[in-house]
Amino acid sequence: MSTAHAAGETHQPVFVGPTRAQLEALFPKYPTKQSVLLPALWLVQEARGWISEGALHEVAEVLGLTPAYVKGVVTFYTMYHTHPVGRHFIQVCTTSPCNICGAEEVTKAFLRHTGCGELGATSPDGRFTVIEVECLGACGFATPVLIDDDFVEGVTPERVAGILQGYK
Amino acid sequence: MGYPHPSHAGEHPVLSKHFGDAGARTFDGWVKRGGYEGLKKALGMTRDQVVEEVKASGLRGRGGAGFPTGMKWSFMPKEVVKPHYLVCNADESEPGTFKDREIIRWTPHQLIEGCAIGAHAIGAERIYIYIRGEFTHEHRILLAAVDEAYKGGALGANVFGSGRRIDVVVHRGAGAYICGEETAMMNSIEGKRGNPRIKPPFPAVAGLWACPTTINNVETLAAAGHILRQGGAWYKGLCRGNPKSTGTKLFSVCGHVQRPGNYEVVMGTSMKELIYDMCGGMRPGRTLKAVIPGGSSVPIMTPAEVEDCLLDYEGVVAKGSMLGSGGMIVMDDSTDLVYQVMRLARFYAHESCAQCTQCREGTAWTTRILEKILAGKGRREDLDLLLDLADNMTGKTICVLSDSCAAPVVSAIRKFPAEFDAYISREKQPVMVTA
Ligand SMILES: Cc1cc2nc3c(=O)[nH]c(=O)nc-3n(C[C@H](O)[C@H](O)[C@H](O)COP(=O)(O)O)c2cc1C
Ligand code: FES
Repeated sequence: MSTAHAAGETHQPVFVGPTRAQLEALFPKYPTKQSVLLPALWLVQEARGWISEGALHEVAEVLGLTPAYVKGVVTFYTMYHTHPVGRHFIQVCTTSPCNICGAEEVTKAFLRHTGCGELGATSPDGRFTVIEVECLGACGFATPVLIDDDFVEGVTPERVAGILQGYK
Repeated sequence: MGYPHPSHAGEHPVLSKHFGDAGARTFDGWVKRGGYEGLKKALGMTRDQVVEEVKASGLRGRGGAGFPTGMKWSFMPKEVVKPHYLVCNADESEPGTFKDREIIRWTPHQLIEGCAIGAHAIGAERIYIYIRGEFTHEHRILLAAVDEAYKGGALGANVFGSGRRIDVVVHRGAGAYICGEETAMMNSIEGKRGNPRIKPPFPAVAGLWACPTTINNVETLAAAGHILRQGGAWYKGLCRGNPKSTGTKLFSVCGHVQRPGNYEVVMGTSMKELIYDMCGGMRPGRTLKAVIPGGSSVPIMTPAEVEDCLLDYEGVVAKGSMLGSGGMIVMDDSTDLVYQVMRLARFYAHESCAQCTQCREGTAWTTRILEKILAGKGRREDLDLLLDLADNMTGKTICVLSDSCAAPVVSAIRKFPAEFDAYISREKQPVMVTA
């Protein structure tokens, strides 16, 4: 079954089958349904790559919250994508500790080798999106880069092309 | 040990003893290395006895504020009327800090053991470990370790046959520095935006879901296992400086040192020894320009202040800064301090939850003024304006994120005026373009 929402797009429900079971398993871990919001949003993003309006409405419905409330929470946290991104999402830390170790050169190398053009844009082949992020909590391993769920340490501009080979 | 480097003779590895040793990561591996003995001992003691042992150790919170841990635990109600909760703060997002990540990566059971001891001490049955969303690898390690701990009897309905129930829920953050602040963290666990709450009420009175709650940092809880195993007196004896700062502390050293990494030393060790002997000092041909010693939220130190600074809570305060989280950012003479201070201000502007005007506006304005100076459009008055802004950002908001932005800015202007003058006098070429 698919549900129509305000924007008129058709949304295929996320919380069916195994994903539904994963959601159900979360409820006993928290005394309120509302508290399941962050983990539920993670389930959506893992399944779909991003959190669409339709998914947002579905989350609101299963948790007994309003869509406006859910949107307020989603937009507070930078790791939730509210629009589609490339197949591989690349986050380069450029905060001061990494910055003084050359992080901005690493960002430039990623932009160059992926063809993304600019930060936040997706490459024409849909393969990559590159963004700069604030401290990844690995400052002693400059420059750390998060590619999808892979945490890569000690990235230098020279290593970028080789690293990208692993992401088709 | 100074992971990823071998241990240095000046270190005193307790928490970091097994960093780099993948065998310590499993339940059996941890038990083989003497793990879970501290928890077993704690379970044979009353809540009060555990709290007293930790009080006797002198352990203070390693998350930044240095609040005495035993005292914090003693604030929890004696009678359990509503459920009590323990929250473990594994949000680690203070720039310069990367020690909790190493504890989880190599010794997740060290953390689970400490959490279970903390839960017992405060009368909690449930622990929420809040791990930042970016720690993907550590999240997986922690989930696997929690599973193992249940199977091994260290968690569950009857922990090690004591009749005591202790459960762990791992809650994953989703990218927000402010969620490291304890009351923002509680909101985040409750499924809300991570806005800090007004205190009082303090968490021990009304925390998670308005129930009594204690929040502790990963390193604080990890230390508890060792204190229970070896005794509060042993821990208190680890002290080279002020007797109010005891035990060992992990220092994350990053930036321009030859061997960045996590170094565990006894409180009161000299900062110079850490930077030069353990971390190998600056790169060849470079000299030290500045150190931010406690994560980015504290005042910047000059080389003269570093000279005879002792690494304990009092020692760093005596030199005009704070020990904070122990995340040490070392900058050599190649550093453009104005640019890096701007990057820090931008960090705080990006991470402000925007509830308080002074913070929302102050962090953004500070960033813009610094960008303007870097673009070669600065005026002398801008420095006064920055100091005035900083004054309005200090001590006036719900949490201290705003103060944290002001600290590096004010100290940089006061201690390194020439860096700013070079841009304002147009002696130095602009490095930024602004509208
Ligand atoms: C803006 C802000 C960010 C913080 N981030 C962290 C953090 O990432 N990790 C942490 O342990 N404490 C952090 N803290 C401190 C916590 O609020 C809290 O004091 C600490 O977790 C208490 O644990 P402790 O007593 O064991 O140190 C932060 C505080 C503020 C104001
Ligand atoms: S500043 Fe880059 S990981 Fe901390």
